[in-house]
Amino acid sequence: MHPVVKLVTQRLALGLILLIAVSALIFFGVAALPGDAAQAMLGQSATPESLANLREKMGLNEPILWRYGHWLLGFATGDLGVSLSNGQDIAKSVGQRLGNTIFLAFWAAVIAVPLAITLGLIAARYNGRWPDKLISGVTLATISLPEFVAGYIVMYVLAVKFHLFPSMSMVFPGMGIFERLNAIILPVIVLVMVVLAHMMRMTRAAILNVMESAYIETAELKGLSPINVIWKHAFPNAIAPVVNVVMLNLAYLVVGVVVVEVVFVYPGMGQFLVDHVTKRDMPVVQACGMIFAAVYIGLNILADVVSILANPRLRHPK
Amino acid sequence: MHNVLDIKGLRIEATSYPPGEAPRNVVLVNNVSVAVQQGRVLGLIGESGAGKSTIGLSAMAYGRGGVRLTGGHILLNGREIREASAGDLRILRGREVTYVAQSAAAAFNPAKRLMEQVIEASLLHGVMGRAEAEARAVDLFDKLGLPDPANFGNRYPHQVSGGQLQRAMTAMALCPKPDLVIFDEPTTALDVTTQIDVLVAIKAAIRDTGVAALYITHDLAVVAQVADDILVLRGGKKVEYGPTDQIINHPQEDYTRALVSVRSIDHVEKTEAPAVLSVSGITARYRGTNFDVLKNVSVDLPAGQTLAIVGESGSGKSTLARVITGLLPAAKGDLTFAGRKLSPDLASRSKDDLREVQMIYQMADTAMNPRQTVGTIIGRPLEFYFGLKGEAKRQRIQELLDDIEMGAGFIDRFPAELSGGQKQRVCIARALAAKPKLIICDEVTSALDPLVADGILKLLLNLQARESVAYLFITHDLATVKAIADKIAVMYRGQVVRYGSKTDVLTPPFDDYTDLLLSSVPEMQIGWLEKVLAGRKMESAGN
Repeated sequence: MHPVVKLVTQRLALGLILLIAVSALIFFGVAALPGDAAQAMLGQSATPESLANLREKMGLNEPILWRYGHWLLGFATGDLGVSLSNGQDIAKSVGQRLGNTIFLAFWAAVIAVPLAITLGLIAARYNGRWPDKLISGVTLATISLPEFVAGYIVMYVLAVKFHLFPSMSMVFPGMGIFERLNAIILPVIVLVMVVLAHMMRMTRAAILNVMESAYIETAELKGLSPINVIWKHAFPNAIAPVVNVVMLNLAYLVVGVVVVEVVFVYPGMGQFLVDHVTKRDMPVVQACGMIFAAVYIGLNILADVVSILANPRLRHPK
Repeated sequence: MHNVLDIKGLRIEATSYPPGEAPRNVVLVNNVSVAVQQGRVLGLIGESGAGKSTIGLSAMAYGRGGVRLTGGHILLNGREIREASAGDLRILRGREVTYVAQSAAAAFNPAKRLMEQVIEASLLHGVMGRAEAEARAVDLFDKLGLPDPANFGNRYPHQVSGGQLQRAMTAMALCPKPDLVIFDEPTTALDVTTQIDVLVAIKAAIRDTGVAALYITHDLAVVAQVADDILVLRGGKKVEYGPTDQIINHPQEDYTRALVSVRSIDHVEKTEAPAVLSVSGITARYRGTNFDVLKNVSVDLPAGQTLAIVGESGSGKSTLARVITGLLPAAKGDLTFAGRKLSPDLASRSKDDLREVQMIYQMADTAMNPRQTVGTIIGRPLEFYFGLKGEAKRQRIQELLDDIEMGAGFIDRFPAELSGGQKQRVCIARALAAKPKLIICDEVTSALDPLVADGILKLLLNLQARESVAYLFITHDLATVKAIADKIAVMYRGQVVRYGSKTDVLTPPFDDYTDLLLSSVPEMQIGWLEKVLAGRKMESAGN
């Protein structure tokens, strides 16, 4: 078997095992909390009889392993169960929220990733000179600023002072694509500010590391211009570390944007999760946890696969 | 014939940053003048630090690190380039002058196919179109004796051998039809048997293309084969400059004479003695592979003597050292050491077993902790094996430093403050500190300049005479073997193909492989290359 196929299959299998392990952690973690779903639903009005009835109806008397298996199987087939707080199908309500989150993350990534890599290349090209210091300084400043502070500053300047963009990022089904984009511009700006520095610095460091290699001198002695040396000879060898950091940041854009969503009242996954944690709506919390875990693991596997594919020794064995 | 390169009164400086001191200016090259005519080859020769690579790269007005070309003239095709702008230099680099680096394995970009890299400069400078450049590259691959020239360029650097890469690098340098090629130690990293093939290929390519060349090396015997003129350098200054015949056969300067006659240690082998180490029937493989790196290897090393293990890279020499030290437990076979059986596995050996077998490595640099002083490095085995502390330890360190002919001033120095030869001496002292019966020397002189290596070999011989320690001396260099060995084992593809006392092994009739190995060692003789090629019986393994 080709080593790339073998390695990729290994990574996928490993990711699946990891996901199952995380699912067990989430399910049994929630099950270990005091009280159960029936109690949470009935609340103050619970009587022993009604509790017993509801538990019977919800299958809560079955052995825990059986319930876990049932839940996991449901997950695999797209059935995430029913919300306790409003009785709705979780898959449907989560699906919409997830769509919003991914929409926001996608546009933030489309801007941040190329920008970060370009800035990283420029910083490496002018290593130690003023463009490098400027880029490093500015990105360091944007990452050091807490997200909510950055959010309110951006909102104050661009929405309140100059009325360029809406301060609230309300989106709803049936909204046109341009309206939607206009609505999310401010959170996208804040997210770009947050993720830029990490990716930029990794690109710069990886490039500078490669620049020490003998083949960089070979390229210089061929008469290539500095930016061509970096782009054609250094960057292809710096992809693996850069991709890993890019994927971590993409995962953050999906999983970690709660604060930004709250600041801009954006109806995404983060806010959804927080709402349901306060309502003790455990099936929804479990579903969100699983989706976040899947995104995280999936993107990291993708990073591994890209790194494997970027390695000519693996792609073209002897 | 006009001068392609004309260097007059060149001065090159750099700023050095010695640890703990203020930066200071050092002169790397001082008042050097050379000229290379079209179709001629100039050899630059000297030890490391002589400034030969620095001068070579100055022909492209390129300075490594913070090197500055501060004085004199560098005329390329009659044009002064010493202070040319970066933009002007980009136009001539890769077009008028090209460069062949010492380690082709590192000088090729691992992420790109060979063809892409070979024709890159030709396309960049608009010398020719892609189709023409590819055709020329294939033609050069063919001329340089590379296998399957039509498809060779489709491979990635890791898919071809070191000798092939070095030839591909030569093709890369010749592809844009330059006026001058700089060869910077192009065969130094290769096995002797491979070195010959690459030398022949380079020599023929230079002749066929009529290009001028600078050939940089520390090996006078090699440069004698390819150069028309030779410039001998020392400490950045000219020692002697003249036609090859004059430098080799009638050297004027003492330093040149020392270079010509280097490795004249006359070592008479000792008589047979009881073995301190017996290796019998060792077969070994690395974990996760199903290929035997060593096949049924049996050798004896007499107490207080030297057994040289000779062979090309990949022959299993270093693996044998790993088996003896216990780093790689053998699959089959026994190790008997000082009359007792050695456990194959490092973890189950006694402290005495560990103490009595010590190692010295090729790269003294990486074998020492850069953050420890010489005293700490040598003191560690004294503490660990003998529990020495305080004044007793310091005194013993002092004795050991005297043994390796280094003074008291070195005890508080860091490795970075030592020269290559001094570093290797400290490693020898560290091995000696354990009072071993056997020291495994793995290519200990390969990274050193000939005269420095000579000093290390003499030191090892003196120490052996005094401490009667045995050496297992691993090397690919037959001149070294002649200088130090009492017994020799020639290894080829994991097997011992010839084994016996030095005289027996080095006396004809030879088996084919030993013949190839012996005949491949460059001799200080003009025309040796052509002569040896005519008499070869087998191809080298590097092809």
